[in-house]
Parts: sequence; C-alpha cells; structure tokens
Amino acid sequence: MDRGTVLAGAIAPALLMALPAAADPLVWGFQAEQNEYRVTDGDNVYAWDFDAFIGTDEARFVWRSEGEYAFGEDAFETLENQARVQVPISDFWDAVAGVRLDTPSGPDRVFGVIGLHGLAPQFIETDIDFFIADDPAFRFEIEYEGLITNRIILTPSFELDLPFTDDEEIGLGGFGPSMELGLRLSYDLVDRAIAPYVGVHYERSFGESSLLAQREGENPGAVFFVVGARLQF
Amino acid sequence: MAYRLLGRATLLGAGLGMALSGAAVSGTYDITVDRIEIDTGDFTKTGIGYNGSQTPTVLRFREGEEVTINVTNNLSEETSIHWHGLILPFDQDGVPEISYDGIAPGETFTHRFPIVQSGTYWFHSHSGFQEPDGAYGAIIIEPEGRPLARFDKEYVVQLTDKHPHSGDRIMRNLKMSADYYNREQRTLFDFISDASENGVGATLEERRMWGEMRMMPTDIEDVQGFTPLINGLGPDQNWTGLFEKGERVLLRFINSSAMTYFDVRIPGLKMTVVAADGNPVQPVPVDEFRIGVAETYDVIVRPRTEDAHTIFAESMGRTAYARGTLAVREGLEAPVPELRESPRLTMADMGMDHGSMAGMDHSAMTGGQDGEHTMPDGTTMKGMDHGSMAGMDHSTMGGEHTMADGTTMKGMDHGSMAGMDHGSMGMSTGDPFYAAGSGLVPKAANGGKFLSYADLKAAKPLYEDRDATREIELRLTGNMERYIWSINGVKYEDADPIVLNYGERVRFKFVNETMMTHPMHLHGMWSILDNDNGKWDPVKHTVSVSPGTTVFMETEVDAPGQWAFHCHLSYHAAAGMFRKVVVVGGPEDQRAELDPVSGG
Repeated sequence: MDRGTVLAGAIAPALLMALPAAADPLVWGFQAEQNEYRVTDGDNVYAWDFDAFIGTDEARFVWRSEGEYAFGEDAFETLENQARVQVPISDFWDAVAGVRLDTPSGPDRVFGVIGLHGLAPQFIETDIDFFIADDPAFRFEIEYEGLITNRIILTPSFELDLPFTDDEEIGLGGFGPSMELGLRLSYDLVDRAIAPYVGVHYERSFGESSLLAQREGENPGAVFFVVGARLQF
Repeated sequence: MAYRLLGRATLLGAGLGMALSGAAVSGTYDITVDRIEIDTGDFTKTGIGYNGSQTPTVLRFREGEEVTINVTNNLSEETSIHWHGLILPFDQDGVPEISYDGIAPGETFTHRFPIVQSGTYWFHSHSGFQEPDGAYGAIIIEPEGRPLARFDKEYVVQLTDKHPHSGDRIMRNLKMSADYYNREQRTLFDFISDASENGVGATLEERRMWGEMRMMPTDIEDVQGFTPLINGLGPDQNWTGLFEKGERVLLRFINSSAMTYFDVRIPGLKMTVVAADGNPVQPVPVDEFRIGVAETYDVIVRPRTEDAHTIFAESMGRTAYARGTLAVREGLEAPVPELRESPRLTMADMGMDHGSMAGMDHSAMTGGQDGEHTMPDGTTMKGMDHGSMAGMDHSTMGGEHTMADGTTMKGMDHGSMAGMDHGSMGMSTGDPFYAAGSGLVPKAANGGKFLSYADLKAAKPLYEDRDATREIELRLTGNMERYIWSINGVKYEDADPIVLNYGERVRFKFVNETMMTHPMHLHGMWSILDNDNGKWDPVKHTVSVSPGTTVFMETEVDAPGQWAFHCHLSYHAAAGMFRKVVVVGGPEDQRAELDPVSGG
C-alpha cells in the first residue's frame, strides 16, 4: 500500500472524528442501482452495483460494491469494494474519503479514495472520485431518473474511468479511458423496494487501454441486453 | 361493529362526564397504551391504540375539575402522553426529556392537573413515532358556564393519516430518499400536456427552473400512500353520526394526522365554525375549511331533511380522502365526491414572486387611518386609507396583481369595502395566509366560502390586547434533499433553548423559507394568531405557516417551566424542526427546577 492510499485512508476516520457529539439518530439503508444479468453474444455476465450505508445527518459510512462475474470463464472480471465516509459540505454535495479494494480473478489493487457525491442541478445523481495509488485513476458517474409515469422509470447512466498511468497487468493504459453507457426501464413493483427492469448496457475502452484489450484478443467494446431488479431497503 | 366500539367509548366518556356534573370537582380516568391490530379497510397493520382499540378514546372533562389520569404502559418501549392544547403545569405536559422522564414499559404514570379551560382538544404520545402508529385520542371539556353554541347532538370527528409503514420505517426511507413516498411527481405525460398547453419552450424553461433548484412543485405531501381515517375508520368502513331532521349537530373536528392537512366539506350542508383550537370564535358560516395537522375546529351543521350527507376530507395534496356520513340511521350513504386535481406549488411558494407586488401604487394608499397592515412577506403598510381605496381604479390593478393587499382588506371587514368586487381585481387567491400566486390557495368545491385564518375572531379574548415586549424571529428552514428540518438553520440536536421571561408578551415572527406548510405548536402557553383583528385576534395552540409567507403570533408568557415548541408534522419534528422553550421567573411555587442551558 503506497503513501497516497494510506493518506486517503487516514482522512476517512478523521472526517468521522470531526463530528459534533450530537445525539443524532442512526439511519441505514441498502440501495442496489444495478443487480442484473447481462446477455451478449459472448460470455454472459452477472453484475451488481450497490451502496449499503449507516450513519447520521453529519456523516454516513458507505460500503460500495461493484462487480461483474462472467459465467463462461467462471471468473470475476471486476470485483471492487469501497469503504467510504460521506460528509455533507453543502446542501446537495457530500465529500467522500475512503479505501477501494479490487480483488477480481487476477491481480489485486488497493486505492485511496477522495471524491464528491451529490445531486447536480436538474436532478442528476453524480459521483466524482479520484483513486489514489501508484497507478492513480479518476472516475465520473452520472445517472438520471426519467419518470415516464410515477412507477415506470427510464434511467440513463454514464460512467467514465480514466487511468493516469499504464498498469498493463490489469489492462489499463495511461489516459486510455473506458466508458459505460446504460439505459434501463424499471417498474416500481413493491414501493421503491423492488423494481424489476430491462435495458441495454454498452461498454468500451479507448486509447492505450483499447489497444491492450485488442492485444489480449478481447473486444474493446461490447453491447449487453440486461434484465435485473433495482433494490432499496 | 366498529361504530359500536366508538359508541361505547363515547358513552363511557359521557358517563364519566355526567357523574362529574354533580358537585364533583375531581375525576379519575384510566388509559392503557396497547399494541393492537389496526384494520383500515385497505390494509391491516400492527400499531398502537389507547385502551386496546383503534377507535380513539374520548376523554370528557369539565372546566374546573381536578383530573387524575392513570396511564399504564403495556408496550415494550417507553411511552408518554401529551395533552395537546391544555394549559397545565409543565411537569404534567408529557414530553419526555422536557417535562418528565416518560413512562417505562409496564409502569403506570399518574397525571394530576386542574382543568382551566373548555373546548375540543386531543392527546397523543410524544415518544418516537407512536402517534403516527396510532397513539392518539380526543378530549372534550365542557365549559363551566354557557356552552359555546346551541346544539342538540355532538360528535368528535378525529382525522388521521394511517400509513401501512411504521413511523420508524417512514423516517428511515425519507432519510434515504426524500421523495420515497412522493408518487405525484411530474412525468413525461405531464410534460406533454404542459407543453401542448403552454408551448414546449415555456415548459422546458419551467422545468429548468425547478431542476436548477433541485426541488419539485409536487412536494406537498412528503408521505403519501396512507388511508385517512375518521374516528379510527377508513373510507369504506364509513363512520356514521346519527341525527334527527332539524337538529343542530356539533362536529368537533380534530386533525391527529402525522403529516396530512385536510380540506373538509359536507356537500349540501353549510358549516358554521364556532371554535378553533378549543377556543370559541365569532361564528363563520363556511362551505369548506382546511384543517392543519394538530388543529381542531368545532362546526355546527343543521340538516333540514332526512337526507344522508357525506363528510368528505380530502388531503391537501389530493392523494387520499377520509369519508364519513351523517344520517338518520345506520347503513345509509350519500354520494362520495371524486378527489380534485392535485395542486402544484409555484415559484411564489418558494418565496420568489414578491415582484408581482411592485406595480402597486402604495402612495395612493397613504394617509387616513393609522392601522398597520402586515403583508404576507413581512413588510408592513402603515396608514392605509381605506376610503380612498374603495375608489381606486381596480381595472389598473389587473390580473397580475395577484393578492396580499386586497385580501388583507377583506379580513379587515371595513364596511366601505363590502361592495368591492374582488373578482374583477384578479385576486383569485383571496387569502393573506398564502403567498401571492401560491399554488396551495384552497377553493371551495361548490364555489362558496372557504374558511381563511383571516376570518377567525376570538369570541371572548383570553388576554387584554397589549403591545408585545419583544419579537423573536423564527425562520422555518430545511434541506428537503437530506430530509433535515430546522429553525433558523439549526436543528434541535444542535440548538440552544429559547429562553422567555415570565410576564413578557413575545411576538413570534415565523418566516417560512421552505416549500412545505408547517403547523407550529407551542406547548403550555396560548398562541395568539395575528390576523389583523386586533383585540379579536384568535387564540390558538397550533399556527400553520404556508410556504413563502411570514406569520406573526403573540404569546403571553404566563407558564413557568420548560416546554416543547415544534412543527407538528411528525417527521419534520423528528428531523429537527423543534425547540425547547424555557420560561424563567414566575411565581416561586410554580417555578421549574431546571437548568436553562442544558439539553437541546
């Protein structure tokens, strides 16, 4: 673990300690934006992306988990867990600090996390994260819930991952971004707790990362049909 | 069956009342706090009930009586009972951590206090979310002297908004996503219909403005998905009150909802409002009235035929209704109206549309009478000349001049203005207790009279009219997205108590900076609503403050001790729109043993 990781990891508890000792009630919750089966002409994938949180108005501890399991390969293409502390810094924005641990089938990586989480104007859910390590990276995620009706919701999403250096071992080329575009149509079946959805998911890498994928014999871009259920408890 | 239960509870209450009506000056009452099954007709759930029933317990006291109330906690958690609107020693007020330590599971707490008032009140738990879960009941206090009005029969009509989720779960969901329960959000179809009406450009611009603020014009009811009840019965269970043709029936409306305002009407019957928050008001005949959370209104109706009549109480956001029936015998029904269209908040409700008043020629109004008029935005207009206003060219005031001034005039009831045609002035709003151009201004379903706060005049003021000794500004604030509610930007946990001095008359200035309506409730002391009626200003316990408005109330600080002061929307109070009030000084024997700086 390099110094950057240690630094970011140390900020998280410091943010927690800065809290006033108020008798604020604890709230907790679980929100899975993605919990889905991805079908393509290649290897089908199960993917998830959830936040589990506990905390108060002053700070929340968040366990964020994302992963993709490929059935054909019987392997985790990606498996990422973050321990994050979110502290409000304005009406709509939280500062984030934490640690990210990647343990897919293949080499592991550890990052420190510093970022922003919040609601941008026009109700756009936004995450901006810097991942600090020997091979640092940047991630930008946005999502919008478009109401067709009050229960049928069309959710476009966009994610951009940008490595700053080459990390060929895990297929990343410096400033070779990868991108995910999603469009999911969900129906709130039980309150907002269970919302089944269908949609499309497109991912593609560019630049050096794309070249590395091609060298490995992989396709740098893929389209998936997805079926899943959003969960919120 | 459920009605029979209510009847029994009412009879029990009446029986106690009669027993006391002799020379008796003290009575003993028992209340158990129980976990019960609640059946709304739409769903069943586990909740809390007093005396083992979802039919609210009705306590009937007499003014001047010394009451002893034994409250037995059969729950597995702490409970408490607050006697809402009653004037009593602070250690009997029933607020854990402020009046006392609460009532532990299995324990019985005995309240003892004198009854020094009369009218319609209610009681409820002040612990956690027990009140939304069902812990509420009614209080009727018979006056020592003449009754407030002539009536032949009386019924309590206690409203609530019963939700299938527990209070704890609702709070957690709101903290997770504030719009969790809002199923009235604008959709693609609303966009298409708005665009076809107002044009695509205007609609996009309007959506952009709301999106810029990250707020929603549909944010009127935070918590939807409830079934409204009347006296513990859902719309299909149809609570029924019996009358005989020609009788005067007194209906004691109590809004015991966690979150919901109701617009109440009885199609075919005029209602005469005779009391508000327990205190008699000069009678106002109305077709419909809005009852804020925790308020009470006593109305008299007089059915002149044997036809059945529906009591119809629509939620302010029009997502649900409570329904009961007045009939000459059980089992009769009258038509049940459709819910009206959901209102939308406007930029005025955001406090952003005061510009529309700029065009008014104030100079034309100076001179003459020296009254001082409070505008909804808090500015004052001194010395309006009502005589010259009568001759004003209303046509020039036009449609864009939406409100404030004219409506204030209306409340003043000057003879010379009686003939004014408010309609021609474009004053569609007609109520000074809403922001100019507000989307929340109510209209009677039959086009008739809708009660305004401005109409309320005390029948017999409780206090001599005098100038306030000081003013305290309380900005009602919040962060909707995080579901944090506060006063002056500080939530309860982080706030110092408000310290008042015994004997002063404090003028509270509420400035609502949020988009929600807040029913503000001060415990222990009366809230004299300043509605421009001078010494006839009505005496209330709960004062509703609409979005984008400023409302004043005055309090004679005559009750030593420490008290709660909060928004009565359960989840707003719990999220921080709450203060402790400490009254220092006062008669030695009533003085509180307390430390003014401790606690929230």
